[in-house]
Amino acid sequence: MTDTTETQTPFDHDDVLERAAQWRGEGRDVAIATVVSTWGSSPRPVGSQLAVDGDSNMIGSVSGGCIEGAVIHDAKEVMADGKPRLLEFGVADEMAWEVGLACGGRIEVYVERLD
Amino acid sequence: MKQAILDALLAARAAKRPVATVTHLESGAQALVYRPNDSDGDTSGGEVGDLALDEAAIASARRAIADDKSVRIDSDAGTLFIQVSNPPKRMIIVGAVHIAQPLVEISKTAGYALTIVDPRGAFATRDRFPEVELSEDWPDDALKALNIDTRTAVVTLTHDPKLDDPALHVALRSEAFYIGSLGSKKTHGGRVERLTQAGYSETEIARIHAPIGLYIGGKSPAEIAISIMAQVTEVLHQQG
Repeated sequence: MTDTTETQTPFDHDDVLERAAQWRGEGRDVAIATVVSTWGSSPRPVGSQLAVDGDSNMIGSVSGGCIEGAVIHDAKEVMADGKPRLLEFGVADEMAWEVGLACGGRIEVYVERLD
Repeated sequence: MKQAILDALLAARAAKRPVATVTHLESGAQALVYRPNDSDGDTSGGEVGDLALDEAAIASARRAIADDKSVRIDSDAGTLFIQVSNPPKRMIIVGAVHIAQPLVEISKTAGYALTIVDPRGAFATRDRFPEVELSEDWPDDALKALNIDTRTAVVTLTHDPKLDDPALHVALRSEAFYIGSLGSKKTHGGRVERLTQAGYSETEIARIHAPIGLYIGGKSPAEIAISIMAQVTEVLHQQG
Protein backbone atom coordinates (compact mmCIF):
# COMPACT_ATOMS: atom_id res chain seq x y z
CA MET A 1 0.00 0.00 0.00
CA THR A 2 1.33 3.40 -0.94
CA ASP A 3 0.06 6.36 1.00
CA THR A 4 -0.27 9.30 -1.33
CA THR A 5 -2.79 11.30 0.64
CA GLU A 6 -0.10 13.63 1.94
CA THR A 7 1.26 15.83 -0.81
CA GLN A 8 4.80 17.11 -0.91
CA THR A 9 4.91 20.81 -0.18
CA PRO A 10 7.88 22.43 -1.89
CA PHE A 11 9.93 24.81 0.17
CA ASP A 12 9.16 28.50 0.06
CA HIS A 13 12.57 29.65 -1.10
CA ASP A 14 12.20 27.63 -4.31
CA ASP A 15 8.64 28.73 -5.01
CA VAL A 16 9.56 31.92 -6.83
CA LEU A 17 6.97 31.68 -9.61
CA GLU A 18 4.23 30.40 -7.34
CA ARG A 19 4.76 33.36 -5.03
CA ALA A 20 4.95 35.76 -7.99
CA ALA A 21 1.59 34.51 -9.24
CA GLN A 22 0.11 34.90 -5.77
CA TRP A 23 1.36 38.50 -5.53
CA ARG A 24 -0.03 39.31 -8.96
CA GLY A 25 -3.35 37.76 -7.97
CA GLU A 26 -3.44 40.20 -5.04
CA GLY A 27 -3.13 43.05 -7.54
CA ARG A 28 0.52 43.88 -6.83
CA ASP A 29 3.02 44.91 -9.51
CA VAL A 30 5.49 42.05 -10.00
CA ALA A 31 8.70 41.62 -11.98
CA ILE A 32 10.70 38.44 -12.47
CA ALA A 33 14.49 38.48 -12.88
CA THR A 34 16.27 35.46 -14.37
CA VAL A 35 19.99 34.73 -14.72
CA VAL A 36 20.35 33.97 -18.46
CA SER A 37 24.12 33.66 -18.79
CA THR A 38 27.23 33.61 -16.64
CA TRP A 39 30.98 33.86 -17.28
CA GLY A 40 33.66 32.87 -14.85
CA SER A 41 32.83 32.44 -11.22
CA SER A 42 29.28 33.47 -10.38
CA PRO A 43 27.23 32.71 -7.32
CA ARG A 44 23.98 31.44 -8.86
CA PRO A 45 23.62 29.26 -11.95
CA VAL A 46 21.79 30.08 -15.18
CA GLY A 47 18.05 29.82 -14.62
CA SER A 48 18.09 31.20 -11.06
CA GLN A 49 15.17 33.53 -10.44
CA LEU A 50 14.13 36.41 -8.23
CA ALA A 51 10.61 37.82 -8.02
CA VAL A 52 10.07 41.31 -6.68
CA ASP A 53 6.94 43.35 -6.05
CA GLY A 54 6.31 47.10 -6.08
CA ASP A 55 7.22 47.38 -2.39
CA SER A 56 10.57 45.64 -2.93
CA ASN A 57 9.45 42.39 -1.31
CA MET A 58 11.52 39.66 -2.90
CA ILE A 59 11.79 35.88 -3.07
CA GLY A 60 14.58 33.83 -4.64
CA SER A 61 17.94 35.23 -5.75
CA VAL A 62 20.10 35.96 -8.80
CA SER A 63 23.39 36.33 -6.90
CA GLY A 64 24.76 35.99 -3.43
CA GLY A 65 23.24 39.35 -2.56
CA CYS A 66 25.75 41.42 -4.55
CA ILE A 67 23.43 42.75 -7.27
CA GLU A 68 19.91 42.24 -5.93
CA GLY A 69 19.67 45.93 -4.99
CA ALA A 70 20.44 47.06 -8.52
CA VAL A 71 18.12 44.45 -10.03
CA ILE A 72 15.26 45.63 -7.83
CA HIS A 73 15.92 49.22 -8.90
CA ASP A 74 15.66 48.29 -12.58
CA ALA A 75 12.72 45.97 -11.88
CA LYS A 76 10.74 49.02 -10.73
CA GLU A 77 11.28 50.61 -14.16
CA VAL A 78 10.23 47.39 -15.86
CA MET A 79 7.05 47.32 -13.75
CA ALA A 80 6.35 50.92 -14.77
CA ASP A 81 6.81 50.68 -18.55
CA GLY A 82 6.36 46.93 -19.15
CA LYS A 83 9.52 46.79 -21.29
CA PRO A 84 11.77 43.83 -20.46
CA ARG A 85 15.43 44.62 -19.86
CA LEU A 86 18.64 42.63 -20.13
CA LEU A 87 21.07 43.74 -17.41
CA GLU A 88 24.74 42.94 -17.29
CA PHE A 89 26.89 42.94 -14.18
CA GLY A 90 30.64 42.52 -14.19
CA VAL A 91 33.63 42.45 -11.95
CA ALA A 92 33.48 45.24 -9.42
CA ASP A 93 36.43 47.43 -8.56
CA GLU A 94 36.66 46.58 -4.89
CA MET A 95 37.68 50.14 -4.06
CA ALA A 96 34.80 51.73 -5.91
CA TRP A 97 31.23 52.05 -4.71
CA GLU A 98 30.01 50.16 -7.70
CA VAL A 99 27.53 47.34 -7.90
CA GLY A 100 29.18 44.18 -9.09
CA LEU A 101 30.33 40.72 -8.25
CA ALA A 102 33.18 40.57 -5.79
CA CYS A 103 33.77 36.97 -6.89
CA GLY A 104 35.07 38.18 -10.25
CA GLY A 105 32.31 36.83 -12.48
CA ARG A 106 30.01 38.40 -15.00
CA ILE A 107 26.33 37.68 -15.37
CA GLU A 108 23.38 38.69 -17.48
CA VAL A 109 19.98 39.07 -15.86
CA TYR A 110 16.72 39.32 -17.81
CA VAL A 111 13.99 41.30 -16.06
CA GLU A 112 10.37 41.11 -17.21
CA ARG A 113 7.05 42.32 -15.87
CA LEU A 114 4.37 39.84 -14.95
CA ASP A 115 1.40 41.13 -16.98
CA MET B 1 5.48 37.31 -18.89
CA LYS B 2 1.82 36.89 -19.83
CA GLN B 3 -0.60 35.55 -17.26
CA ALA B 4 -1.60 32.70 -19.63
CA ILE B 5 2.03 31.51 -19.85
CA LEU B 6 2.49 31.70 -16.09
CA ASP B 7 -0.78 29.82 -15.48
CA ALA B 8 0.21 27.03 -17.89
CA LEU B 9 3.70 26.89 -16.40
CA LEU B 10 2.38 26.63 -12.84
CA ALA B 11 -0.12 23.97 -13.93
CA ALA B 12 2.73 21.92 -15.42
CA ARG B 13 4.76 22.29 -12.24
CA ALA B 14 1.80 21.28 -10.08
CA ALA B 15 1.29 18.22 -12.30
CA LYS B 16 5.04 17.42 -12.02
CA ARG B 17 5.30 17.65 -15.82
CA PRO B 18 8.62 18.85 -17.29
CA VAL B 19 8.34 22.07 -19.29
CA ALA B 20 10.62 24.72 -20.80
CA THR B 21 9.83 28.42 -21.08
CA VAL B 22 11.45 29.89 -24.18
CA THR B 23 11.92 33.69 -24.17
CA HIS B 24 12.96 35.80 -27.14
CA LEU B 25 15.21 38.21 -25.26
CA GLU B 26 14.94 41.07 -27.76
CA SER B 27 11.12 41.21 -27.84
CA GLY B 28 10.09 39.45 -24.63
CA ALA B 29 7.80 37.06 -26.57
CA GLN B 30 7.50 33.65 -24.94
CA ALA B 31 6.38 30.08 -25.55
CA LEU B 32 6.20 26.90 -23.51
CA VAL B 33 7.57 23.63 -24.83
CA TYR B 34 6.69 20.25 -23.37
CA ARG B 35 8.17 16.87 -24.09
CA PRO B 36 6.47 15.05 -26.97
CA ASN B 37 3.29 13.19 -25.95
CA ASP B 38 3.48 14.90 -22.60
CA SER B 39 0.82 17.53 -22.97
CA ASP B 40 -2.62 15.96 -22.70
CA GLY B 41 -2.68 14.23 -26.05
CA ASP B 42 -1.12 17.06 -28.04
CA THR B 43 1.68 15.32 -29.91
CA SER B 44 3.11 18.55 -31.36
CA GLY B 45 4.49 19.35 -27.93
CA GLY B 46 1.69 21.72 -27.14
CA GLU B 47 3.40 25.06 -27.34
CA VAL B 48 1.59 27.85 -25.54
CA GLY B 49 2.38 31.52 -26.04
CA ASP B 50 3.05 34.35 -28.47
CA LEU B 51 6.46 33.21 -29.72
CA ALA B 52 6.56 31.03 -32.85
CA LEU B 53 9.29 28.40 -32.60
CA ASP B 54 10.90 26.48 -35.43
CA GLU B 55 11.75 22.80 -35.15
CA ALA B 56 15.35 23.52 -34.18
CA ALA B 57 14.25 25.71 -31.27
CA ILE B 58 11.76 23.11 -30.05
CA ALA B 59 14.48 20.45 -30.26
CA SER B 60 16.85 22.68 -28.25
CA ALA B 61 14.18 23.20 -25.60
CA ARG B 62 13.56 19.47 -25.31
CA ARG B 63 17.29 18.80 -25.08
CA ALA B 64 17.51 21.35 -22.27
CA ILE B 65 14.69 19.55 -20.42
CA ALA B 66 16.52 16.23 -20.83
CA ASP B 67 19.82 17.79 -19.66
CA ASP B 68 17.96 19.54 -16.80
CA LYS B 69 19.85 22.68 -17.72
CA SER B 70 18.58 26.16 -18.59
CA VAL B 71 20.50 27.70 -21.49
CA ARG B 72 20.80 30.78 -23.71
CA ILE B 73 21.08 30.09 -27.43
CA ASP B 74 21.58 32.23 -30.52
CA SER B 75 19.19 31.44 -33.36
CA ASP B 76 18.49 33.03 -36.75
CA ALA B 77 15.53 34.78 -35.17
CA GLY B 78 17.56 36.25 -32.30
CA THR B 79 18.64 35.28 -28.83
CA LEU B 80 16.50 32.73 -27.04
CA PHE B 81 16.63 31.83 -23.37
CA ILE B 82 15.38 28.37 -22.45
CA GLN B 83 14.32 28.09 -18.82
CA VAL B 84 13.86 24.48 -17.73
CA SER B 85 11.31 23.57 -15.10
CA ASN B 86 11.62 19.93 -14.13
CA PRO B 87 9.79 18.26 -11.26
CA PRO B 88 11.80 17.90 -8.04
CA LYS B 89 14.57 15.32 -7.97
CA ARG B 90 13.50 12.28 -5.99
CA MET B 91 15.05 10.30 -3.19
CA ILE B 92 13.77 6.85 -2.31
CA ILE B 93 14.80 5.74 1.17
CA VAL B 94 14.50 2.04 1.97
CA GLY B 95 14.32 1.61 5.73
CA ALA B 96 12.35 3.98 7.95
CA VAL B 97 15.17 3.91 10.51
CA HIS B 98 16.46 6.68 12.75
CA ILE B 99 18.93 8.04 10.14
CA ALA B 100 16.01 8.40 7.71
CA GLN B 101 14.44 11.07 9.93
CA PRO B 102 17.20 13.72 9.60
CA LEU B 103 17.85 12.58 6.00
CA VAL B 104 14.24 13.42 5.11
CA GLU B 105 14.66 16.94 6.48
CA ILE B 106 18.00 17.58 4.78
CA SER B 107 17.02 16.19 1.39
CA LYS B 108 13.73 18.09 1.41
CA THR B 109 15.61 21.32 2.05
CA ALA B 110 17.89 20.44 -0.87
CA GLY B 111 14.79 20.18 -3.08
CA TYR B 112 14.11 16.44 -3.24
CA ALA B 113 10.71 14.76 -3.19
CA LEU B 114 10.86 11.86 -0.75
CA THR B 115 9.43 8.36 -0.62
CA ILE B 116 10.14 6.04 2.29
CA VAL B 117 9.80 2.31 1.76
CA ASP B 118 9.54 -0.03 4.75
CA PRO B 119 7.17 -2.99 4.99
CA ARG B 120 7.72 -3.27 8.75
CA GLY B 121 4.65 -1.49 10.10
CA ALA B 122 6.31 -0.20 13.28
CA PHE B 123 8.90 1.88 11.38
CA ALA B 124 7.18 3.81 8.59
CA THR B 125 4.61 5.58 10.73
CA ARG B 126 3.03 9.01 10.34
CA ASP B 127 4.34 9.94 13.78
CA ARG B 128 7.94 9.40 12.76
CA PHE B 129 7.53 10.71 9.21
CA PRO B 130 4.85 13.36 8.87
CA GLU B 131 4.28 14.70 5.35
CA VAL B 132 6.36 12.09 3.57
CA GLU B 133 5.07 9.56 1.06
CA LEU B 134 5.26 6.16 2.74
CA SER B 135 5.14 2.76 1.08
CA GLU B 136 4.68 -0.45 3.04
CA ASP B 137 5.11 -2.64 -0.04
CA TRP B 138 8.03 -5.07 -0.22
CA PRO B 139 11.01 -3.03 -1.50
CA ASP B 140 11.27 -4.64 -4.97
CA ASP B 141 7.56 -4.10 -5.67
CA ALA B 142 7.68 -0.60 -4.20
CA LEU B 143 10.70 0.46 -6.29
CA LYS B 144 9.26 -0.99 -9.50
CA ALA B 145 6.06 0.99 -8.93
CA LEU B 146 8.05 4.19 -8.40
CA ASN B 147 9.52 4.20 -11.96
CA ILE B 148 13.07 5.19 -11.04
CA ASP B 149 14.57 7.63 -13.56
CA THR B 150 17.83 9.57 -14.06
CA ARG B 151 16.74 12.17 -11.49
CA THR B 152 16.20 9.62 -8.72
CA ALA B 153 18.54 8.63 -5.86
CA VAL B 154 18.06 5.33 -4.02
CA VAL B 155 19.35 4.97 -0.47
CA THR B 156 19.06 1.71 1.48
CA LEU B 157 19.34 2.02 5.24
CA THR B 158 18.04 -1.23 6.73
CA HIS B 159 21.31 -3.24 6.45
CA ASP B 160 18.98 -6.21 6.48
CA PRO B 161 19.58 -8.33 3.35
CA LYS B 162 15.98 -9.40 3.10
CA LEU B 163 14.91 -5.77 2.69
CA ASP B 164 17.97 -4.07 1.14
CA ASP B 165 18.72 -6.76 -1.46
CA PRO B 166 15.33 -6.74 -3.23
CA ALA B 167 15.58 -2.93 -3.40
CA LEU B 168 19.08 -3.15 -4.89
CA HIS B 169 17.93 -5.76 -7.43
CA VAL B 170 15.58 -3.14 -8.88
CA ALA B 171 17.86 -0.12 -8.37
CA LEU B 172 20.89 -1.72 -10.08
CA ARG B 173 18.88 -2.30 -13.27
CA SER B 174 17.41 1.23 -13.16
CA GLU B 175 18.64 4.64 -14.36
CA ALA B 176 19.02 5.97 -10.80
CA PHE B 177 21.80 8.57 -10.69
CA TYR B 178 22.80 7.48 -7.19
CA ILE B 179 22.60 4.21 -5.28
CA GLY B 180 23.98 4.01 -1.74
CA SER B 181 23.77 1.39 1.00
CA LEU B 182 24.36 1.76 4.71
CA GLY B 183 26.57 -0.86 6.35
CA SER B 184 30.19 -1.58 7.21
CA LYS B 185 32.80 -2.82 4.74
CA LYS B 186 32.13 -6.31 6.07
CA THR B 187 28.37 -5.97 5.57
CA HIS B 188 29.03 -4.69 2.07
CA GLY B 189 31.38 -7.63 1.37
CA GLY B 190 28.53 -10.03 2.08
CA ARG B 191 26.20 -7.92 -0.03
CA VAL B 192 28.59 -8.02 -3.02
CA GLU B 193 28.78 -11.81 -2.71
CA ARG B 194 24.99 -12.22 -2.64
CA LEU B 195 24.47 -9.84 -5.58
CA THR B 196 27.16 -11.65 -7.59
CA GLN B 197 25.42 -14.96 -6.94
CA ALA B 198 22.13 -13.39 -7.96
CA GLY B 199 23.70 -12.64 -11.36
CA TYR B 200 24.67 -8.97 -11.08
CA SER B 201 27.88 -7.95 -12.84
CA GLU B 202 30.87 -6.31 -11.22
CA THR B 203 30.07 -3.05 -13.07
CA GLU B 204 26.48 -3.09 -11.87
CA ILE B 205 27.47 -3.79 -8.26
CA ALA B 206 30.14 -1.05 -8.41
CA ARG B 207 27.33 1.50 -8.77
CA ILE B 208 26.56 1.04 -5.07
CA HIS B 209 28.19 3.63 -2.82
CA ALA B 210 29.13 1.63 0.28
CA PRO B 211 29.90 2.23 3.02
CA ILE B 212 27.49 5.07 2.29
CA GLY B 213 28.32 8.79 2.52
CA LEU B 214 31.35 11.04 2.28
CA TYR B 215 33.82 10.40 5.05
CA ILE B 216 33.39 13.28 7.50
CA GLY B 217 33.64 11.22 10.67
CA GLY B 218 29.90 11.47 11.36
CA LYS B 219 28.56 9.52 14.33
CA SER B 220 25.02 10.70 15.11
CA PRO B 221 22.09 9.96 12.77
CA ALA B 222 22.01 13.62 11.69
CA GLU B 223 25.74 13.67 10.94
CA ILE B 224 25.47 10.48 8.90
CA ALA B 225 22.50 11.96 7.04
CA ILE B 226 24.64 15.00 6.18
CA SER B 227 27.41 12.76 4.81
CA ILE B 228 24.86 10.84 2.70
CA MET B 229 23.35 14.06 1.34
CA ALA B 230 26.84 15.39 0.58
CA GLN B 231 27.66 12.28 -1.43
CA VAL B 232 24.35 12.34 -3.33
CA THR B 233 25.05 15.98 -4.21
CA GLU B 234 28.61 15.18 -5.32
CA VAL B 235 27.45 12.35 -7.59
CA LEU B 236 24.62 14.46 -9.03
CA HIS B 237 27.06 17.14 -10.16
CA GLN B 238 29.74 14.70 -11.34
CA GLN B 239 27.29 13.53 -14.00
CA GLY B 240 28.13 16.76 -15.82
